[in-house]
Amino acid sequence: MSKMRYSRRSILKTGAAAAAASAFPAPMIWAQENKNIVLRQFGTGVSNLNEVATKVKEDLGITLEMTALDSDSVTQRAATQPDSFDIADIEYWICKKVWPTGNLQAMDTAKIKNYDKIVGIFRDGKLTPESEIAQGTAPHTVGFVEGQGSKTFASEETGWMTLIPTIYNADTLGIRPDLIGRPIESWAELLNPEFKGKASILDISSIGIMDMAMVCEAMGEIQYADKGNMTREEIDKTIGIFTEAKKNGQFRAFWKTFDESVNLMASGEVVIQSMWSPAITAVKSRGIECVYQPLKEGYRSWGGGIGLSKSLEGAKLDAAYDYINWYLDGWVGGFLMRQGYYSAVPETSKNYMSENEWGYWFEGKEATGDITNPFGDVLAKAGETRDGGSFEERMGAVACWNAVMDENQYMVRKWNEFIAS
Amino acid sequence: MRITNRHLIGWLGASPLMLILLAFLVAPIVMIVIVSFWGATEFSIYPDFQFDNYAFLFGSPVTYKVFFATFKYAVITWALTLAIGFTVAYFLAFHVRSQSVQIALFLLCTIPFWTSNIIRMISWIPFLGRNGIANQTLISWGVIDQPLEWLLYSDFSVILAFVHLYTLFMVVPIFNTMMRIDKSLIEAAYDNGATGLQTLWHVIIPLTKPGIMIGTIFVVTLVMGDFITVRFMSGSQKANVGRLISNDIALLQYPSAAATAVVLLCTVLLVIAILLRFVNIRKEL
Repeated sequence: MSKMRYSRRSILKTGAAAAAASAFPAPMIWAQENKNIVLRQFGTGVSNLNEVATKVKEDLGITLEMTALDSDSVTQRAATQPDSFDIADIEYWICKKVWPTGNLQAMDTAKIKNYDKIVGIFRDGKLTPESEIAQGTAPHTVGFVEGQGSKTFASEETGWMTLIPTIYNADTLGIRPDLIGRPIESWAELLNPEFKGKASILDISSIGIMDMAMVCEAMGEIQYADKGNMTREEIDKTIGIFTEAKKNGQFRAFWKTFDESVNLMASGEVVIQSMWSPAITAVKSRGIECVYQPLKEGYRSWGGGIGLSKSLEGAKLDAAYDYINWYLDGWVGGFLMRQGYYSAVPETSKNYMSENEWGYWFEGKEATGDITNPFGDVLAKAGETRDGGSFEERMGAVACWNAVMDENQYMVRKWNEFIAS
Repeated sequence: MRITNRHLIGWLGASPLMLILLAFLVAPIVMIVIVSFWGATEFSIYPDFQFDNYAFLFGSPVTYKVFFATFKYAVITWALTLAIGFTVAYFLAFHVRSQSVQIALFLLCTIPFWTSNIIRMISWIPFLGRNGIANQTLISWGVIDQPLEWLLYSDFSVILAFVHLYTLFMVVPIFNTMMRIDKSLIEAAYDNGATGLQTLWHVIIPLTKPGIMIGTIFVVTLVMGDFITVRFMSGSQKANVGRLISNDIALLQYPSAAATAVVLLCTVLLVIAILLRFVNIRKEL
């Protein structure tokens, strides 16, 4: 009975709202011809945020249907089911695999309003003119093609982009400074016997192998030509070192989901482990000290972007371009940066952040007041600074990008053995 | 004419169950066997007839270790659940006189099963952790100075969870067969001068065998097919065959997962066949 009453009332409410809307058309900044357009977007959980869908509906009228999958399923779907999506929200290393299937269409940069303001990492690969390009699948190497329909990547900016960058960050190890009690400076510390039974690594092969490589290189055990594209011998040796450590009881546990990593750290089972930025935040919000430790060998970085399905055309394609332009206009950027990620066009995000937030998240300055995430939880108090410092300091110290190797299948089998050994 | 009719009716009567079994049991297994010979690229699988998956499986020393670990978990869990399950069932069947108390106590055993087994399993983690209740209590009693590391993320915690999860599967069938034992047989044993232990060994245990066997099949198949308990309770540090399969599936290596599944299926069937040699369940029920 109560259910019926509710639905009748909600019908009245929406009816009244519709009547009001038609009687007093509010001034809209964004074109509203997209009202009946539905775009199906799928991707990993990181950027598939309901808040974005709600806001885009409000601003553009586009209905965004989001599906969140894990990165293996995302890759599989983008490669094998081109008609099941309009917009693919994927990482750059996934793009390297998926682009040759021809399921995505290139984007005309002339239609991207803020193209010139996109950070250098995604254009010529350089954050500043002096920066060196990191190993792995650096975004600019798979960011452009020669033209529409081309299946090979271009080596420079061509005006045809594969993915529009949306979200990226620099990852490192998370530590519990209160339980370690001394400075941690190198990736090699993950296998330091001092932390026997108190270390952890993530059980996701494509990312885990990169963290392993950072550790092995820092220990001076292996010199990789390219950590993002190892040879079989390098894979064997890397996994061998970690299998040995596992047998010696170095690891307390491996984690696969975000929550597991938070619990391991918060409960004190683990004091040093591979971790993701929002997980650090989650531990901190429980009042437990946790640091996203910058290390001298640099960061392992990742980046994602949105690509268009080749079947998009006409009004839907126009709507997709509107969506991309809206994405880069700053609201989403501000939303993401308040969670510790970076946006592709930082200067537009600035308009949607307070001076204190911009200073803390982007410039690495001391907070002048409470720093909260978009959901209102306090992450830092006045006087605190962000781990790793400013945008340039963090993104300028990237040692390698998440990548997919030519020997991926071999690596996956070896990884499975490592987990089972 | 009459004979054909009877055959026809018999077949018709059996056909609904047969169709269900064909569609939901036989067909999937056939499919798994077929896929185990297929090939896989990174993101897709393609029909083929190759022995690569089996070759890799049998060629890797890890496989043998993992199968050994699977048997180890099964045997230890079986022994513990049998000891606990038999004792509980014995107490319920022979020591509790009133039937209503019997039923009440039996229902009490099932209470933990009102929650999901994932929850029952995960609730051990804060209890056994380095700073968990068990360690803190032991330290405050002065039994230990340092927290015991092996309480969690070890074989111990895996087996503890298995025993906790599956003991009831032993209790129920054993209790059931014990209740059908004619009490006069036990009285006769005592009258003939048998001690309590002799009665237990020569009368009760032989008569409870079918129940023990059914419980054994439940526990052994559940433990051998499990992957989630091992993953959570060992913090991914230990592996059994189920985890091998689930890892393959997560990495989209379906043919390799199918090959492992086929080998596991054969192993479990073999184990059950051996068990059934000891007791004819059908005859004894």
